[in-house]
Amino acid sequence: MSRWLGWLPRTLWQWIFWLLILGGLYAAYVRVAYGLGGATNLSDRFPWGLWIGFDVLCGVGLAAGGFTLATIVHVFDVKRYRPILRATILTAFLGYGLVILALLFDLGRPYRVWHPLVMWNPRSVMFEVAWCVALYTTVLFLEFIPAVFERLGWVRPLGWMRSFSVPIVIAGVILSTLHQSSLGSLYLIVPDKLYPLWYTPLLPFFFFLSAICVGFAMMLFESWHSSRAFGKQLELPLLASMGRVLAVLLSVYLLIRFLDLYHRGVLPRLREPRTETYLFALEAALLLVPMVLLFLRSIRLSPARLYGCALLVIFGFVTNRLNVSVTGMEAGSGVHYVPKWTEVMVTLAIIALGFAIFRFAAQHLPIFAEEVPIVSGRPVPLAAAGD
Amino acid sequence: MSRAILYDSTKCIGCRLCEAACAERWGLPYDEKVAAEEQLSAHKLTVIQTHGDHFDRRSCMHCLEPTCVAVCPVGAMKKTALGPVVYDESRCIGCRYCMLACPFQVPSYEWSQPLPRVRKCDMCYERQLAGQLPACVEACPTGATLCGERDDLIAEAERRVAENSDQYHGLYGVMQAGGTSLLFVTAVPYEKLCLQRPLPPQPLSVLTWRMLARVPDIVVVGALLLGGIWWITRRRSEVAAAEALEEEP
Ligand code: SF4
Repeated sequence: MSRWLGWLPRTLWQWIFWLLILGGLYAAYVRVAYGLGGATNLSDRFPWGLWIGFDVLCGVGLAAGGFTLATIVHVFDVKRYRPILRATILTAFLGYGLVILALLFDLGRPYRVWHPLVMWNPRSVMFEVAWCVALYTTVLFLEFIPAVFERLGWVRPLGWMRSFSVPIVIAGVILSTLHQSSLGSLYLIVPDKLYPLWYTPLLPFFFFLSAICVGFAMMLFESWHSSRAFGKQLELPLLASMGRVLAVLLSVYLLIRFLDLYHRGVLPRLREPRTETYLFALEAALLLVPMVLLFLRSIRLSPARLYGCALLVIFGFVTNRLNVSVTGMEAGSGVHYVPKWTEVMVTLAIIALGFAIFRFAAQHLPIFAEEVPIVSGRPVPLAAAGD
Repeated sequence: MSRAILYDSTKCIGCRLCEAACAERWGLPYDEKVAAEEQLSAHKLTVIQTHGDHFDRRSCMHCLEPTCVAVCPVGAMKKTALGPVVYDESRCIGCRYCMLACPFQVPSYEWSQPLPRVRKCDMCYERQLAGQLPACVEACPTGATLCGERDDLIAEAERRVAENSDQYHGLYGVMQAGGTSLLFVTAVPYEKLCLQRPLPPQPLSVLTWRMLARVPDIVVVGALLLGGIWWITRRRSEVAAAEALEEEP
């Protein structure tokens, strides 16, 4: 008896985690047994819902920290950001893995997910998206694998990987740029369906810029959580400087966003009392408030407040993506969409899985360590990195 | 030259024989219940809709430059030289981008199937290849639905509108979204009928092509730019390191 008790979840978080995973497994069963019709509230008029709007659009965006930081550290050679590089790359890799998992739920024929790699249609944005997901996931894998080699003490492959690291990073940055913006381009094809507050020819640019913003927010977010879980965090000046960059990026984003609304003459629409207006206001506020706060020194110098601002930006970003994919599409499609419980359950389970894998990797791989220098063909012992 | 269908709502009596013929052609069940559904769906690919005392017809518009063909990542949708837009289910991954993108909200999905397919009218491509008329055209007792060369049908439609300008409101399908192979002449403005809302005269795919055409530029410029910056920063730190060495006694 007591032997079995040892397998029970111990903490509240573990209970929540296993409940979510169980729920997700049941939802997955419903998806397989009853098809998309039984597992979702999607319809002919509303073919994309929560799985695309949240799991894919937000998942990819939240992974944007990976290429942002890789550019800063490897290309611009800003060394002081190095300590969180690996954790960020891992998050991005995990993020992409989970996006692919979510896609398998959403595709009508998941076992054909590889078709775009051999059946080409270069005129399709979705084709570009598919290639970017495949290639960038590979790149992230290559960027992350050195941490595993270090753990295993494999020197040779480690050396090879290092000599390729810069071309890999550059490829990753270009792929990310294409991918983040192409998720916005997906919606360029629906000028008559997407509500004018969101439909703009600049969609790809806005998706790209907001992804970089949320990339910084995610780095602050991760730094806070790793400090709470593992007692490892960045020095405050570094966090504060990220906060400042985030404030500047957000103000550029918001400025262009509102200029665009003004030039397209849709600002008067903000006077109309309708759902779109309210949710747009929410989205704008969730980005505007942290922007203003982050310009204040007193906010930037407190890790907890920085974390709060990062959370607001993340919520603002998620609201934006859901507004584009759900709120903004409802009126034009003539239907009201609310996700089914199975859609929500799968999404929650995927998030839980992400947190758990990250935790596991953080405990067992040297992701909060600096790269180990290779001294005379042997890596420096890992004791220092593992603690 | 390509084939097209002309639908004249002033001649349509709402008998729904076209619906029944279409269902038969696809092997779909057709009874009173299905007849009463006035929506396109995976089991109803031709629909006659009632708008007061007018009728309207819905099915795939077979655009000249179809949005679905442009957006499908695997090329499952194709515009044939003959005119019909056809769907190859063996390629389809079920991303449903064609459904999201179609300005006429035409493609339907087999939501309840374990291995679902996209469903839409294919203008009876196989029948037409064999020299037959599309099933709906053959079934129409009043000549409200005609099939022929697109140019001929446009000429015929223009003739009808010119001769009876008080009876017709106009011709739809010549320009919308780059032009369609389904042409309509109706007695009331189209906005009063189905979702035929105002669409730009160009194919919608120009909107995404503008971005996609830049991809090679982004790759080349991006690689050069990033590589250049990397080279400069590395050089700078090398120089700094060398100077530091020299300064040490
Ligand atoms: S659902 Fe099928 S036909 Fe439609 S765009 Fe996706 S792959 Fe192409």
